[in-house]
Amino acid sequence: MKKINNGNLLGISIKILLLGVLDAVVIWASTTLFLQTEYGFAAALIVGASLINYIFLNDRTYPLRYMVPGMIFLFAFVIYPIGYTFYISFTNYGTGHILNKKQAIRNIESQYFQPEDPVSYSFNAYKSEEGDMRVILKSRESEETLLTDGETIEKVDLTGDRFVDEDGDGVVDKFGGFHLMNRSEIIQSLQQLQEWKPEVNGSSIRMSSLNRFDQRIPQYEYLKEKDAIRDRKTGELFRPVEGTFTSTTSNRTLDPGFKETVGLKNFNRIFTDPLITGPFFRVFTWTFIWALLSVLTTFALGLGIALVLNDDKLYLKPLYKGLLILPYAIPAFISALIWRGFFNTNVGIINTKLMQPLFGLSPGWFQDPMLAKVAVLIVNLWLGFPYMMIVCLGALQSIQPEFYEVAKVDGASPWQQFKKITMPLLMISIAPLLIGSFAFNFNNFNIIYLVTRGEPPIVGATTAGSTDILISYTYKLAFGGQGATQYGLAAAISIIIFLIIGTISAINFHYTGALEEMSENV
Amino acid sequence: MYSLKSFGGKIWNWFFDRGFKHLIMLAILAFVLFPIAWIISASINPVGSLSAQRLIPENPTFQNYLLFFRGGAEQYDAPFLLWLWNSLKLSVLTGLLGTAMCALAAYAFSRFRFTGRRSGLLGLLLVQMFPQMLAMVAIYFLLLSIGDLAPWLGLNTHLGLLMVYLGGSLGFHTWLMKGFFDSIPHSIEESARVDGASHLQAFVRIILPLARPMLAVIFILTVITTYSDFILASILLQDTEQYTLAVGLQLFIFGSYNQRWGIFAAAALIGALPIVALFLSLQDQIVAGLTRGSVKG
Repeated sequence: MKKINNGNLLGISIKILLLGVLDAVVIWASTTLFLQTEYGFAAALIVGASLINYIFLNDRTYPLRYMVPGMIFLFAFVIYPIGYTFYISFTNYGTGHILNKKQAIRNIESQYFQPEDPVSYSFNAYKSEEGDMRVILKSRESEETLLTDGETIEKVDLTGDRFVDEDGDGVVDKFGGFHLMNRSEIIQSLQQLQEWKPEVNGSSIRMSSLNRFDQRIPQYEYLKEKDAIRDRKTGELFRPVEGTFTSTTSNRTLDPGFKETVGLKNFNRIFTDPLITGPFFRVFTWTFIWALLSVLTTFALGLGIALVLNDDKLYLKPLYKGLLILPYAIPAFISALIWRGFFNTNVGIINTKLMQPLFGLSPGWFQDPMLAKVAVLIVNLWLGFPYMMIVCLGALQSIQPEFYEVAKVDGASPWQQFKKITMPLLMISIAPLLIGSFAFNFNNFNIIYLVTRGEPPIVGATTAGSTDILISYTYKLAFGGQGATQYGLAAAISIIIFLIIGTISAINFHYTGALEEMSENV
Repeated sequence: MYSLKSFGGKIWNWFFDRGFKHLIMLAILAFVLFPIAWIISASINPVGSLSAQRLIPENPTFQNYLLFFRGGAEQYDAPFLLWLWNSLKLSVLTGLLGTAMCALAAYAFSRFRFTGRRSGLLGLLLVQMFPQMLAMVAIYFLLLSIGDLAPWLGLNTHLGLLMVYLGGSLGFHTWLMKGFFDSIPHSIEESARVDGASHLQAFVRIILPLARPMLAVIFILTVITTYSDFILASILLQDTEQYTLAVGLQLFIFGSYNQRWGIFAAAALIGALPIVALFLSLQDQIVAGLTRGSVKG
């Protein structure tokens, strides 16, 4: 290693200062995370910050300093999320299982029920000028009187000077700025009063009608040593099973559930749950067909055009090329949204200007599964062929003209020339790009989601549609907003896509030897 | 003097030689250009609905473009200009910062020999094979957690989305950049080093100016990719004012194609303009890159 001259004092001071700021921020953030029991996250931050300190304070790691900025983002937003996706795929994360166990227990423990013979209170409500409310509760069984502001509760003695009974009817009319509310005032504030749940002796007191408050007691208690929840009302015991407290004696479960690792359950569901397996395999198959047809159609058109354009004497060639490249230059989301309008069954120009006048037909492009598939393929053809045209033109130009001259001498027909010379030579450079294009279209979310949204729906499936590909299916499961959100399942499907893409890329590398070539160039 | 017969024969020959190629090209141009022609015509058609479309509109106006700049008609309340600004801001920032990070890393890979260099380079190649959007669920929860800690960096913030984009922008571009640096002879900076410049100074003052063409290509490719992103922005941004054009335009038009077609057409054209311009300005480099099998698609 070269001896690095760290140079002037100013540079060093700035470096130390910046590292100090970084460390301070990381210490603050990791402490906060630690207190929120986000241990993994906190540890990752500390490890990352220590590495950065090491790299910047050690001469031997000088080259790594250039990589720090990029690596931070690459690790935080690409590599870590990939690992985290694996973790989520082994959990039941999703609707009903969003909270962690502690939060879920707290939530369950705050569910109350009214015992058969509750302690009952009559009440009077009071309001101050500012709109604050107080309630005085009088026990029906004893002489106990309580004063509450909705949160806290205290025993009071109504005979004290504070409480003024102006008309002598035994009801306090005023105290410390609060005045008695009449019935209609109570009704106006009903909603607020019903939300009050002051607690006394472990039970909570709630409004149960316009003239009474009743005692409620917490229905569930968490037994730490047994790691189970007991129902005080029925005595039933609930044990945590895959993120849900489930009764040991009946099939009752408690809401909410909590986030828990469930092993391979999500993957099992994909292959065994009839509600998921059917739609999943239809989506899975269509993803492959879609990617394959996308490559074939765009390649066929692109190659065809390239063959026509591969003629330097062709008049207007630059103009043709320039115009034909346009669809590729327009952002795909914009073209996709435009084409969705064109395919509109009732008013889209494909039906009104083309299908109606020519064939007298008005097909429902997005209602029929087959037509919807044709529609997305047409859109993708429009968007994708210029890429194939460009790469084919490049490849055609690199074929030596001598091959054709020799072939002509031997009397080969143009078709034979194409089959025996053009295609084999073309494929050497184009085949890896076709595989790359397959992998790209395999996850071509924009076209599918923005043209059809995956619709029309598959009969009997809740989320999946006929044109959905795996990535859009994943998106809909996690963020689609229809039905229950299933992050765990979505992550499991992401993992399956990872595996498929990984395999395709491995084949590609193997086929082209690209990895070996690149590692030699390293 | 040509006889009529031989003149006809010449046309015939020309047709077989070249003419049919022009016919094919015209047919394909029709397929390629008709959507563009229709959308341009829709954008200047005073009748804004899809059903009232015709290729040559009567009484063309620019009112749809005016509506775009005024944030849509009152009943739509769609801040197009803000969305466009958000998209441009995010793509340009991702482009600038991403290119800078890329160049720094590529310089180290190109000029230094250190342990982990080889595996680092191959690792980059492997990581970039997996599109970032596959980890969308994890990225969502990552930003959710970050938001608990620092709300200005979490979900629904441009800074958060920018960080996600930066993470995804490295990958292959670092390879591209490294290849370019490799082609710059070491002797150029060596002389500067002899004159007392540090590595960083040599990099900033000598290598970067020489690499300007490559920096421009990477910058523009990053801008185009970021601008066209729909999926990550739609997951991470939640408020109308935060949307990028891709997310906003999609929500604006879905389900209301017939009524909002005219103004959508204008918005789509304005939205496509910056990217088409960038693409065409760099067409030769992009085409050269595609031919080598390296970028987009």
